[in-house]
Amino acid sequence: MLTKAIISGSGGQGVLSMGSTLATAAMLEGRYVTYLPSYGVEVRGGTANCAVAVSDEEIASPVASSPEVVIAMNQPSFVRFQGALQSGGLLCANSSLVHTETARSDIEILAVPTSELAEQLGSIKVANMIMLGALVRASSMISYDAMVENLAEILGKGRAKLLDLNKRALAVGHDYTKD
Amino acid sequence: MKTVYARPKLLKEADFHYCPGCGHGIINRLLMEVIEEMDLQGDAICVAPAGCGMLLYNYFEIDVIESAHGRGAAVATGIKRVRPQNLVFSYQGDGDLAAIGTAEGFHAANRGENITVIFVNNGVYGMTGGQMAPTTLLDQVTTTTPTGRDAGLAGHPVRICEVFSQLDGTSYLERVAVNRPAAVVKAKKAIKKAFQRQVDGAGFSLVEILSPCPVNWKMGTLEACEWIDEVMVAHFPLGVFKEVPC
Amino acid sequence: MRQLMSGNAALGEAAVLSGCTHYFGYPITPQNEITEYMARRMPGAGGVFIQSESEIAAINMVLGASAAGARTMTSSSGPGMSLKQEGISYLVADELPAVIVNMVRGGPGMGSIAGAQSDYFQATRGGGHGDYRTVVLAPASVQELTEVVPMAFDLADKYRSPVIILGDGILGQMMEPVDFDGLVRPPDYDKSWALTGAKGRPAQSIYSLIFDVKLQEEKNWKLQRKFRLIEQDEVRYETYLVDDAEMIVVAYGIGARIARGAIKRLRDEGKKVGMIRPITLWPFPMKALRELAKSVTDFFVFELSAGQMVEDVRLALEGEGHIHFYGRPGGVVPMPVELYRIISRHYYQAHADGDRKQP
Repeated sequence: MLTKAIISGSGGQGVLSMGSTLATAAMLEGRYVTYLPSYGVEVRGGTANCAVAVSDEEIASPVASSPEVVIAMNQPSFVRFQGALQSGGLLCANSSLVHTETARSDIEILAVPTSELAEQLGSIKVANMIMLGALVRASSMISYDAMVENLAEILGKGRAKLLDLNKRALAVGHDYTKD
Repeated sequence: MKTVYARPKLLKEADFHYCPGCGHGIINRLLMEVIEEMDLQGDAICVAPAGCGMLLYNYFEIDVIESAHGRGAAVATGIKRVRPQNLVFSYQGDGDLAAIGTAEGFHAANRGENITVIFVNNGVYGMTGGQMAPTTLLDQVTTTTPTGRDAGLAGHPVRICEVFSQLDGTSYLERVAVNRPAAVVKAKKAIKKAFQRQVDGAGFSLVEILSPCPVNWKMGTLEACEWIDEVMVAHFPLGVFKEVPC
Repeated sequence: MRQLMSGNAALGEAAVLSGCTHYFGYPITPQNEITEYMARRMPGAGGVFIQSESEIAAINMVLGASAAGARTMTSSSGPGMSLKQEGISYLVADELPAVIVNMVRGGPGMGSIAGAQSDYFQATRGGGHGDYRTVVLAPASVQELTEVVPMAFDLADKYRSPVIILGDGILGQMMEPVDFDGLVRPPDYDKSWALTGAKGRPAQSIYSLIFDVKLQEEKNWKLQRKFRLIEQDEVRYETYLVDDAEMIVVAYGIGARIARGAIKRLRDEGKKVGMIRPITLWPFPMKALRELAKSVTDFFVFELSAGQMVEDVRLALEGEGHIHFYGRPGGVVPMPVELYRIISRHYYQAHADGDRKQP
């Protein structure tokens, strides 16, 4: 089973780290995975996106031109990538910033008010992890339990202090989606 | 009988390919004398240029590598970074250092690479037959400035020592000449000083040597030597341009 | 230990583990992470990193470091590779080992910063002036870099000649799990030819200028004999499902990955398609292709260029077989499913053609 996701937003929203967190979690789970950041001038132009592919067998192409999942953390990303989504695909929208009224009717929408939820946790910076928790719940890309279990390794030494906060953020996203 | 002068042992018993009256032969000899006197023959590595100096490995009894045109300072950088204990110097002409290889020379100087550049300035492209060099004087006739170098058309003669003296990475810069015996003695001292500074780890050093090219200047040998004093030095004054205490 | 790393970073690590002590480079997208990785990694590994003033300077620093006996590397892309060609020609002529990485981007001119395979000709035909070839290695995954990079340094030292690693922007930027546990550092070779100063031995020199035309010719023959030896001994390729194949895809690097995905779909439908993936683009697996042509009539070449490797396939097959071609000039990377549809069409056409030799 191969699932590809495009994770998109504006620079500073942590979309690239969301992608590498998802990819690292998948790797530690023993899955095949590729992570392809959008690079060059795009990165510096204020928007950012990356493609993550997770599979049970070798991945041919890391490019996601018609992904199963799109995460849009802001309105321009929603506009840009919803058209690429496969019919029946999952669109996770940060409803704090994205208006989904114009969404295609053949896709599934998961609206998560990540900014509000993050502020309740005390840090807007974990909005990306809240979305990741929601994504993992709503898709079958990786195992939520394994990700939480491996979170210290996934975040690495650099973010060790933030382990608890990130864990709570994942849980918030996960639980929000359950409801 | 007392020997007052002998061929340096490090200068191979080979005939120079240089034209009559050319300064390269003197400079080649000075380099080998200095290395012999400093007892550095086992440490010296020379980077030879493209241009009249390109056959140095036929004359020098030290390790020599050929460089592509203009790349001497970059090649010397690569060698020195592998073998910091060796004496590494590039031998470069005016086209080599002041035209096609300006970037490499400039940035090696700016990095303060602990190498020495021997810069032979004869104001003309010798090997290719007398075309304009970046150091060709205004109004000087060459095969590509048939009516004399016109600043409006071909710019101005480049003063390397003056330009490089503005770079914080340079440690020692001197301009000398080899057109008369006293000047040759001074040139030898400058080379020795530059090499000694490299041995002491002082950083980038460059000795610019005004050198006669009577054949391409269309002059007699003596006339060429006099022309250096009378005309060339006016634009390229001799002396030490920088000497950072070490 | 498996870790998630970009191709660029993994290449840098593999180089250090292969004994590379001197790296010189100039930033250009999409290979900047190699330069940045080396800037971080080299000091701790006891090596040297210099950000040069240009690609020209970088390749000449490589030449100097190699002449002094070091294992050395530079990396670049597109316009930067064009600038390096002079130096590569000198490395070949001077018989100096070095590894040069090209993370190919779209061209010509400034082109794009997206991945492409459009520098195949430049890499496999010499690229600079003079009559020469360089070994060209084409990795297809981040993990494969742990084999290809030491191989590059080994071949460079073994044959005293520059070796090119031809990746692409996607391989460079893409992160994949990689572990370096299996990486074997290539052995050290005798480098008594290196310039170390004439201490305890006669002076020696390294140069390529030979005025005497007879000696120049002999020097060229000597290089050519080396190239023939490399062609004979160093061909590397991988085959995939070729045993019963009626059509063989020829693809390398990122192209081969996409083709593999396409072939899986074709096989699911019972279409007998296999693949040969050259790992050395020079020397090209000529014999292997000719061998395959004994039982297969249809070859489908896929590359991210308008048609460069396809010429080598033609040369290899010497008129045998039918060559199908699909190329995209880089930047836009077709999905495996698109390639699957195209190969399918060619597969049906080949079957419909009654003149084909039956295996």
